[in-house]
Amino acid sequence: MGKFLRDTWLVFQRSMLLTLRNPTWVVVGLAQPLYYLLLFAPLLKKVRAPGMAGGDAAFAFFIPGLLAQLALFGTLFVGFGLIGELRDGVIERMRVTPVSRFALLLGRALRDVVTLVAQAVVLVVISLPFGLKVQFAPLLLVLALMVLLAVMGASVSYAAALILKSEDALAPLANGIAMPILLLSGVFLPMAAAPGWLQAVSRINPLRYGVDAARDLFAGHVSTAAVYEAVVILLALTVASVIWAARRFARSVA
Amino acid sequence: MIIETKALRKTFRSKRGTVEAVRGVDLAVAEGQVFGFLGPNGAGKTTTLRMLSTLLTPDGGEATVVGVDLRRNPGEVRRRIGYVGQNGGTWREATAREELVLQARLYGSSKAEAVRRAADSIEAFQLGAFADRKTTTYSGGQKRRLDIALGLVHGPRLVFLDEPTTGLDPQSRSHVWDEVRRLRSEGMTVFLTTHYLDEADALCDNIAIMDDGAIVVEGTSDELKRQVAGDVVTLGFGADGAETVPTARKLLDDASYLRKAEESGTDLRLYVEGGATAMPQILRELDGAGIVVESIELHRPSLDDVFLHQTGRSLRDEAA
Repeated sequence: MGKFLRDTWLVFQRSMLLTLRNPTWVVVGLAQPLYYLLLFAPLLKKVRAPGMAGGDAAFAFFIPGLLAQLALFGTLFVGFGLIGELRDGVIERMRVTPVSRFALLLGRALRDVVTLVAQAVVLVVISLPFGLKVQFAPLLLVLALMVLLAVMGASVSYAAALILKSEDALAPLANGIAMPILLLSGVFLPMAAAPGWLQAVSRINPLRYGVDAARDLFAGHVSTAAVYEAVVILLALTVASVIWAARRFARSVA
Repeated sequence: MIIETKALRKTFRSKRGTVEAVRGVDLAVAEGQVFGFLGPNGAGKTTTLRMLSTLLTPDGGEATVVGVDLRRNPGEVRRRIGYVGQNGGTWREATAREELVLQARLYGSSKAEAVRRAADSIEAFQLGAFADRKTTTYSGGQKRRLDIALGLVHGPRLVFLDEPTTGLDPQSRSHVWDEVRRLRSEGMTVFLTTHYLDEADALCDNIAIMDDGAIVVEGTSDELKRQVAGDVVTLGFGADGAETVPTARKLLDDASYLRKAEESGTDLRLYVEGGATAMPQILRELDGAGIVVESIELHRPSLDDVFLHQTGRSLRDEAA
């Protein structure tokens, strides 16, 4: 166990160093939610729908969803980096050392989580002038849910990268699943406004649970059905995707 | 023996069917030597090397590497060997020093020890001039030196080098040769693959020639060449010699000095006893039949001749 933690730390340190040395993607990842905040959220002020009060409340509605979205979309594309590392032979070099295989995966996922939390904090701070009200304890819970979404996104992305082994195949796949996940999450408009069948479909979307829970938490409601649902479902899905990615990793990288 | 294998096998299954990449390799490599795997691309050299360095799991057979059972305890084998892949494996944005320190730490060194080992490697492999620059700025030769240093930073007794000079310019190539010789003089065992004949000839104490997943022949360079007894006379018949070659061969087939003849494009290669006396006879014979010889060359057998002798194909054609 000591060796495993040490290995994970070493892999994390190196991944983080390289990310900091070339932080373009961290900035780009943050730019997208900022665009939504500045260029899209104002449109919601005049929109009336179930769960949307309009006016400045539109920001309070929109920003929690944006955070949940950042968590998943910020990590869904990390597999591209892994494909580059596979091609450069870095992974193979590591495989011949006694380093723990699981640490190779977890160290990278940890880097993705730290990056995401940093992005999230920046987004929250920037959102404050737009009328986002934050309480400390619920914010921590939101961040915890975001970490779950991020680990899930990163694991799925790494597993897909190991299966496809090519950017050309990963790009359409990642984009192809990102779009419906986004549209069915209720980030833009409340899913309560959707027809019944669309609501039903959105129930299989993990992001939707994160979005609903984040809204309740920012509103100061910690003990709601949406929060419990999100914790249970996201925890289960995250554990499942980590196991999947770890097995994929063990198989192609053992 | 630092490496011993028995009937080591590997089969790859794909949608297009199964490929027997390695079909029963028996090896015995003594400690302290440079052992070379020579063969064309696809012969199974790299697959064997990857099995011995734990990157691939064998489908059958047994192997002991640095005293450890490869199939039962690959983790312990990893601790005891070094491995340098064909294309190396460094992050573009990291420096040589950072890579060496991390590599040593992955093998269990403390931070202070890793820093010391990295400094030693930088000195030994003369990486000092660029050790703190990102690897993306390195030349091919500089990068190769770092790759090899990375494979050795933890001080293994055995190192695997997979085609260490492929794609290098002549100067970098000779630099790598010097490194291999230095490692050997320090008592290390070096196991390398190559498809360059001169490399195997110049570096290796023992050579195993591989073809089509099996070892065709094994021994020292001299032993192998001795198998192709006598001398080699190569006759060239010029641009449209392809038709002449079989005729010439038939004509010389019964000659007493001839041991073996091989057709190779527009060339006819004759393995003869006493090349100096055979040459005039060959020319007289061909001249008498009105066959024009464009060039004639006499040389001692090379590893290429050994390969051709054993497989009926030229290694030069395949490697090109």
